[in-house]
Amino acid sequence: MRRWLALLCLIALPCQADETIVAGLSQANVSITTDFVGSEILIYGAVKRETPAPEGALEVIVTVEGPPAEMTVRRKDWVWGIWINDAEVVVDRAPIFYAIATTGRLEEILSETEDLRHKISIPRAIRAVGTTDEAEGSDLFVEALIRLRAARGSYLDSQGSVRLTEGTLFRTDIALPSNLTEGDYRVRIFLTREGRVVDMLERGIRVRKAGLEQFFTRMAHEQPLLYGLLALLIAGLAGWAASAAFRFIRI
Amino acid sequence: MQIYLPIAEISVNAFLLFGIGGIVGFLSGLFGVGGGFLITPLLFFMGISPAVAVATGANQVVASSISGVLAQLRRKAVDFQMGSVLLVGGLLGSGAGIWVFSVLSAAGQIDLFVQLSYVLFLGLVGALMLQESLRAMWRTRAGQPPRRAHIHTWAHGLPFKMKFRASGLYISIVPPLAVGALVGFLSAIMGVGGGFIMVPAMIYLLGVPTRVVVGTSLFQIIFVAGFSTVMHAITSQSVDLLLALLLILGGVIGAQIGSRVGLRLRADQLRILLALLVLAVAIKIAFDLLLRPDEMYSLSVTGLL
Repeated sequence: MRRWLALLCLIALPCQADETIVAGLSQANVSITTDFVGSEILIYGAVKRETPAPEGALEVIVTVEGPPAEMTVRRKDWVWGIWINDAEVVVDRAPIFYAIATTGRLEEILSETEDLRHKISIPRAIRAVGTTDEAEGSDLFVEALIRLRAARGSYLDSQGSVRLTEGTLFRTDIALPSNLTEGDYRVRIFLTREGRVVDMLERGIRVRKAGLEQFFTRMAHEQPLLYGLLALLIAGLAGWAASAAFRFIRI
Repeated sequence: MQIYLPIAEISVNAFLLFGIGGIVGFLSGLFGVGGGFLITPLLFFMGISPAVAVATGANQVVASSISGVLAQLRRKAVDFQMGSVLLVGGLLGSGAGIWVFSVLSAAGQIDLFVQLSYVLFLGLVGALMLQESLRAMWRTRAGQPPRRAHIHTWAHGLPFKMKFRASGLYISIVPPLAVGALVGFLSAIMGVGGGFIMVPAMIYLLGVPTRVVVGTSLFQIIFVAGFSTVMHAITSQSVDLLLALLLILGGVIGAQIGSRVGLRLRADQLRILLALLVLAVAIKIAFDLLLRPDEMYSLSVTGLL
C-alpha cells in the first residue's frame, strides 16, 4: 500500500512541484573537538522553475533537527515548607536540538494542516502523545520543555532570518551551540506559497565527537572499569606529583 | 579558553575550572578537608549535571587526599589500623550510597536528596564546630587550660574491642565501622570525601588524638572516594576525565599552598573560619530549597532514542 502511494506521489510530483529546491550546506560534518565552541552552518540554495512563478509570495522555512530523545519534565511544588520535584510528565519523543528559520512569521506562511503533516513548528516537532492524563495541564509541561531547551540554546526560533532574494535565492545561518550532543542531524528546507508546502528537500549533518572527546566517551561507555581505574591513576599521579614538586621547590 | 567536556557535553572555560580547583584546593590544604563539599555545588552552579558533578567530584577528592596524606605520612600522623577499620565501614556505606543514588536519580529526587544532605550535615557540623571553637577560644583567653577532647563515652562500652597503637586507644570497632559507613554513604551521594564529618566524629565520638586525625581521615577517604569514582564510572558512566583533570591540576597546587599557609595560622582561628565557610554553604543551599524558585520546571533527558 505504502509503495503504491509512493509511486503515485512520484507520478504526481513533476506536475505538482513546478518549483523545486536546489540547496547546499556549508558543512555536512561537524566534529566536536576539545576546543569546540559551537559551529555556524550556512544553508543556502535557489528555487528552480520551468514555468513563470505563480501568484502569491514564495516563502522559505529551514529546520535543523537533532536526534530524538525521551525527556522528563518535572514541576516543583511546595511540600512541607520546601520546594521539591513533584508532578512529572514524560515526553516520549522530543528532538535534542531544533532550529527553525523562516522568511516571515510562521503562522502567516504555513497553514495549520501543513504544520501538522510535516511537523515543522517547535511544538509540532515534539511528540507528546499519551502524556495528557499523567498530570493536570500537561500542555504547561511541554511549554516548559520548550522554554528550558530554548534557554540553553538547544531550541532556536529565528523567524524572519532567512533572506530570500528576488524570489529565487535564499540563505540562512544556523548557530549550533557549544553544548551540542552528537548524532545524525536532519536539515529540511520547505518552500511554501499561501501556507501550502510546494516543495521539500532533506539533507543530513553528521555531528561526531573527535579526537580526545571521542576517545574518552567511547572508553567511558565501552570500558567503564578501565576508565574508572584510569581516572584514579590520573588522580593518584597528580596528587603525588604536586606533593613531590612542592617538596622539591622547598629544598 | 573554552573547552568541551566529553561526558558533561558542555563547553566551559578551562581557566575558570582551574581556578575553582585551585581555590578549593587552597581551602582544603588550609583546613585539612577534601573540599568536595565546595566543588560539587560550584559545578552545579556552572550548569554541569548533578550526576557528572558528583562522580567527578569524587575523583577530584582522590587526588587532593593523596596529596594531603603524603604530607601527613612524613609527619607519621596516619593511624593505619584505625584507617583500615574506617575503610571497611566506608566501602560498605559507599556501595549502599551508589545504589541509593541510582534509585533516586531514576525517581527525579536526587537533587533534593543531595541538597537536603548538604543542609543537614553541613549545618550540623558547621554549627557544632563553631560553638566548640568559640568556646575553646574564650577558655584560652580566660587563661584556663584547654580541656582534653578525649572523654569516656558510651562508645567505650561496646564489644569487639581492638587496640589502636598509633592513636593510643583501646575501643570497640563498632563506632569506627559506623562512622566509616556513614561517611562512605555520604561520599557516594554528595560527591564529597566526608572529611568535614569524619574529622569531628573521630575527635568527639572516637576520641582519636587530634595529631593523627587529619592523616587517618585522608588515608581512608582516598579509598572510599576511589571506590565511589569507579562505581559511578561503571553504573552511570558519569565521570568526566577532562573536567577532573582541570580541577585536579588546580586543586593539588592550591592544596600545597594552602597547607603551607595553614602552618602559619592559629588552629582555633582556622577552625572558626572553616565552621563559617561550612555554615555559609549550608545556608545558601537551604535558601534555594525554601525560597520560591524562579523556574518551577526542570528537564532531564532520560534517554536517546
